[in-house]
Amino acid sequence: MKKLLIALLWVPLMAFAAGVELHPDKAPDRSRDNAALQNGAKLFINYCLNCHSASYFRYNRLTDIGLTEAQIKDNLLFTADKIGETMTIAMRRAEAKQWFGAAPPDLTVIARARSTVSYSGADWLYTYMRSFYRDDSRPTGWNNTVFPNVGMPHVLWELQGEQVMGADHKLSLAKPGLVKPEEFDVMVGDLVGFLTHIGEPMANFRKQLGVIVLIFLAVLFVFSYALKREYWKDIH
Amino acid sequence: MGAANVDKYKSNGSTAGDLLEWVDARFPLMALWNEHLAKYYAPKNFNFWYFFGSLALLVLVIQIVTGIFLVMHYKPDASLNASGVPVAFASVEYIMRDVPWGWLIRYLHSTGASAFFVVVYLHMYRGLIYGSYRKPRELVWIFGVMIFLALMGEAFMGYLLPWGQMSYWGAQVILNLFSAIPLVGNELTLWIRGDYVIGDATLNRMFSLHVIAVPLVLIGLVAAHIIALHEVGSNNPDGVEIKKKKDEHGIPLDGIPFHPYYTVKDIVGVVVFLMAFSVIVFFMPEGGGYFLEYNNFFPADPLVTPPHIAPVWYFTPYYSILRANTVNFFWIDAKLWGVIFMGLGVMIFFFLPWLDRSPVKSIRYRGPLFKGALGIFLVSFFILGYLGMLAPTPGRTLVSQICTILYFAFFLLMPIYTALDKCKPEPERVTG
Repeated sequence: MKKLLIALLWVPLMAFAAGVELHPDKAPDRSRDNAALQNGAKLFINYCLNCHSASYFRYNRLTDIGLTEAQIKDNLLFTADKIGETMTIAMRRAEAKQWFGAAPPDLTVIARARSTVSYSGADWLYTYMRSFYRDDSRPTGWNNTVFPNVGMPHVLWELQGEQVMGADHKLSLAKPGLVKPEEFDVMVGDLVGFLTHIGEPMANFRKQLGVIVLIFLAVLFVFSYALKREYWKDIH
Repeated sequence: MGAANVDKYKSNGSTAGDLLEWVDARFPLMALWNEHLAKYYAPKNFNFWYFFGSLALLVLVIQIVTGIFLVMHYKPDASLNASGVPVAFASVEYIMRDVPWGWLIRYLHSTGASAFFVVVYLHMYRGLIYGSYRKPRELVWIFGVMIFLALMGEAFMGYLLPWGQMSYWGAQVILNLFSAIPLVGNELTLWIRGDYVIGDATLNRMFSLHVIAVPLVLIGLVAAHIIALHEVGSNNPDGVEIKKKKDEHGIPLDGIPFHPYYTVKDIVGVVVFLMAFSVIVFFMPEGGGYFLEYNNFFPADPLVTPPHIAPVWYFTPYYSILRANTVNFFWIDAKLWGVIFMGLGVMIFFFLPWLDRSPVKSIRYRGPLFKGALGIFLVSFFILGYLGMLAPTPGRTLVSQICTILYFAFFLLMPIYTALDKCKPEPERVTG
């Protein structure tokens, strides 16, 4: 019996001796910054929405982040004819698989899918998009420290420039890009903010509604408790 | 009896009559109301633990109502759409985005699944500590364990429907367990899956079972559970029978009518429960990855096995018991032992009324042996649940083996330690 109890004491220690985990950078919160989300939408539609679809997200839902239907039609509607259509792409999946080794996944809920108990999917994406480096052994010429041997090339390389892997396994900027590193981080933050937004477009409304529901229930609690007290006062 | 009722039938078809009498002459409406609510005498000393029965009924209603609306929009179809996403997976996201209030209905249903197990586990724990499974409530308990079993099946089948990676690979692990059964295992697994791999056939039959077969069984069992309970009367935190002391009208001295006393009390419980439930639904619908697993936002891909397949939290204690069996002995494969022990882990609850030899029911009057055994059982159950979420390592497997033994020891040694225990005398009446 005593031995068993001693063994039980070891449980927490053994359980926490887990494997090596990724520690991504914290993604900035863009959930209430419409200007940043609009910039993220622009980046997403220009750079991502050629290979990746966002097939559960409709163009007209961009009005949620403060764009008008006219703005969407004039500036962002490249892959669809009607504003009520979803963000699909023309690339054939079988061909994409031949070119990249794997068909690029749909990105609508990628920010939710990449979450873990220890970090958010936004953190993962934010770090991933800034962790490409030159690797001539790869077919695309690019590799990634977050997603080793990824099939995707560095789509934002013109903006970021070229990173290389040093002997210390750290990345450094070998060739500067069109924007400064700080500016690049802001852009990736906006893009990831947009991906987080389309993962659950109703998230802000959900939280607002939740506050109202909880206030209602708190008031209901007062009345229901008073009712119970009134009925129970003669029970001893 | 029928003739007497017709004599009472005053309204005689005219609109001036009493509608209630008209109905009562034809259907025992008031009799049912009185038997189950207004003249059902429940002990007056119910405490916190007695909220979870009515809450389980509430969650059942939430699941059925939200489920009806989900079925209107969900499509059990494993084929890929033009964007390469399974139609079933895409239809869930369609509900989340394009169906008015669909996101709320879906989150209520997904959170309701976890909430169901929270309240049912607490409800079962109440039965354990106050001896609610003891004579004369054996059938109440047995129906309850059957509800627990049906609920596990319901949850497993429902989890396949979003057709995400964890849906697919979780089902792969669980359905493959049937193949451990000797002789007929492989044929049986094929018959259950309806295909050589988990696919559209599997998804469609799980959908059918999830929305029709198991809910029907569940509702029948819940009715049987409540009818049996109202036949024998409710237990209470003192574990004494209130029916032994009655007044001149035959009403238990310590009993109060369920309605209105416990209906108004349970409303308070419902409001508090809904507050906790709403915090999850509105502010953390993924429940930190425990209620909606993050990996399940990747569509099912039969070609990509996730590095770590973990069931949802409510199955993890039994998943740990399954994985704890790593030794082949008695010429039987470790996998089959795992299946046997996992099954026994649930089935053993059926025998509880006959394993307990204590002269008292409630933990209030039990001795140190039962309290110690219950404490060890509780700790091992939580550790098994925790380890079931993690990838196995040799250390964790050893701990889960120890906890599996402790889990079963609670039941198998119960006839010995409850008979030896030093119990306090039970009071004559409930103590409030």
